[in-house]
Amino acid sequence: MGSLTVCENLENYDDVYQVIIDMHRGMTDEESEKANAKLILLLANHIGDLEVIREAAAIVRSNTPSTKAE
Amino acid sequence: MPYVPPSFKPCVPAAVSSGDVEQTTILVIGAGPIGLATALDLGLRGHKVLVLDRDTQLSDGSRAICYAKRPLEIMDRLGFGEAMVEKGVSWNVGRVFFKDDPDPVYSFDLLPLKDQKFPGMINIQQYYNEEFNIAELEKLDNVEIRWGNEVSSLENSKDGVLVTVGTEMGPYKLKADWLVACDGAHSPTRKMLGMDFEGQTFKDNFLIADVKFKAERPLERHFWFDPPFNPGQSVLLHKQPDDVWRIDFQVGWDIDREEIVKPENVTPRIKAMLGDDVEFEYEWISIYTFNCRQVKQMVKDRVIFAGDSAHLVSPFGARGANTGFQDADNLAWKLDLVLRGQADDALIASYDEERSLAAEINILNSTRSTDFITPKSHVSTVFRDAVLELAKDQPCIRSFVNSGRLSMPVPYPYSSLNTPDGEEWNGGVEPGTNSIDAPVTVGDKSAWFINQIGWEFKLVTFVGEGGLADDERAALKKLVEGTAPFSVLLVGPTEDADFDVLGDPTGLLAERLAAEAATTYLFRPDQYVAARWGALDTSKVAAAMRKALAGE
Repeated sequence: MGSLTVCENLENYDDVYQVIIDMHRGMTDEESEKANAKLILLLANHIGDLEVIREAAAIVRSNTPSTKAE
Repeated sequence: MPYVPPSFKPCVPAAVSSGDVEQTTILVIGAGPIGLATALDLGLRGHKVLVLDRDTQLSDGSRAICYAKRPLEIMDRLGFGEAMVEKGVSWNVGRVFFKDDPDPVYSFDLLPLKDQKFPGMINIQQYYNEEFNIAELEKLDNVEIRWGNEVSSLENSKDGVLVTVGTEMGPYKLKADWLVACDGAHSPTRKMLGMDFEGQTFKDNFLIADVKFKAERPLERHFWFDPPFNPGQSVLLHKQPDDVWRIDFQVGWDIDREEIVKPENVTPRIKAMLGDDVEFEYEWISIYTFNCRQVKQMVKDRVIFAGDSAHLVSPFGARGANTGFQDADNLAWKLDLVLRGQADDALIASYDEERSLAAEINILNSTRSTDFITPKSHVSTVFRDAVLELAKDQPCIRSFVNSGRLSMPVPYPYSSLNTPDGEEWNGGVEPGTNSIDAPVTVGDKSAWFINQIGWEFKLVTFVGEGGLADDERAALKKLVEGTAPFSVLLVGPTEDADFDVLGDPTGLLAERLAAEAATTYLFRPDQYVAARWGALDTSKVAAAMRKALAGE
């Protein structure tokens, strides 16, 4: 399968953003990090397509400059 | 500071010495943009209006500088929309920058649909708005503005209000059928009635520097997240008339508010942003924090709240004054019909219903913008920065960027005044939504659709080549005679003996209203759609009129 959707695909971006930010309300930074990971895992299961997740991961990897030595 | 606002003589009416109780139909408290617009709308409808303001001058700084398309249409109906556009700086494009990247992460066009009379937004100093409004008010004998008149006590009842007004020579008493409180964020009227003003204060400060410099820059709104010249904070830059630029620096919570506004402390910020060699002078410097709050009821017996007295939003999105004008627009026709006895108080209750909803949505939008611009936690900052980093490469992420969702009219899809669609529509303007504009012709002259509707109910019906059928004509004539503030407008190629006709040579009006022959829209006096049908049926129109007047 594969082929990540990269055109606009949400009816209301602000609603979605608020749901995510609200999820973190009252959490410590460490708790938030874990919550983000759980959210990604749940959504990955929902997507159910390895190739789509691989494409998204590749985009994020190249979009996020890392200063850490290999 | 070069700008000195015009000042007015304090008014001492005869009632101060005579002790008589004065009478007026409508009392407006506050001669700011919303009070003046309310007075002008009701004054043009022929009512006796008295405006009181405790100060003796116009706005002391540029203050509210962004006026959106819908408020401009309202000002145009009132007679000073074109003056605003002529003096103002029109802009449609906004750009968002992140850190030191000179290329924007995101750009937007406020008015993707062209061929409308008004642009997406203009920038103009608040005092021009007030001056233009006052120039129109001065043409009316039935409206009076009294400067230096402050309400000190208020009795509110179901039949009217009685107020005591202080002047420099002493107090007098005044009775009014209705009081419209446009007395701002700290509304003394609201406090006198002991009404709650619930919401939140944001722990942040913003420094406004309005500076005058001659520079060739594009007429666009530019917004920076975390730029090198204001690390960790935001900056907004946009232009006003007379070579004045508004720069808005986010400066954080723990600051010395008195020190930060001193020109010697502002100048280094501006030079860091625009370069050491930029020459400028200050027009206005101000520091503000902001609140998102609203009153529970915008109508209490005979007192009605409009503008900042009823709701406060963060400035991101220019939803303050713009929302206030739409309050005035929504209120004036309703109050007019109630005063004429053509509708009862239920129509005023619909003002509270519709405009409280608008206030809620405005607060939601401006709170979200605030959360994006000034994240409250580490994780919010992480998400914000992730959006900004990713958005440049991934266009689908750009819609998450929120530097202020700029003021758009709020529709009332579930308003009790609407008649819901009875058939399937593919586009057009839904009931409870303000009209779209389009170019039309009146006789052989070019005109705009938005100028053909408003003030009264308008039934706009599209006719084919043959014009109206005889039975339709007879039914329409009967409807016009039987219904008070109502007229008919035909759209089509033919002239008509009984009704005004608009031409739609470009077909854009039909396209935007999703209209074919016989499509019929009922527009309210505030240019919102009350009902629409695929065919003309005057009994349905009459029922929709009753509903739009809160009659059933």
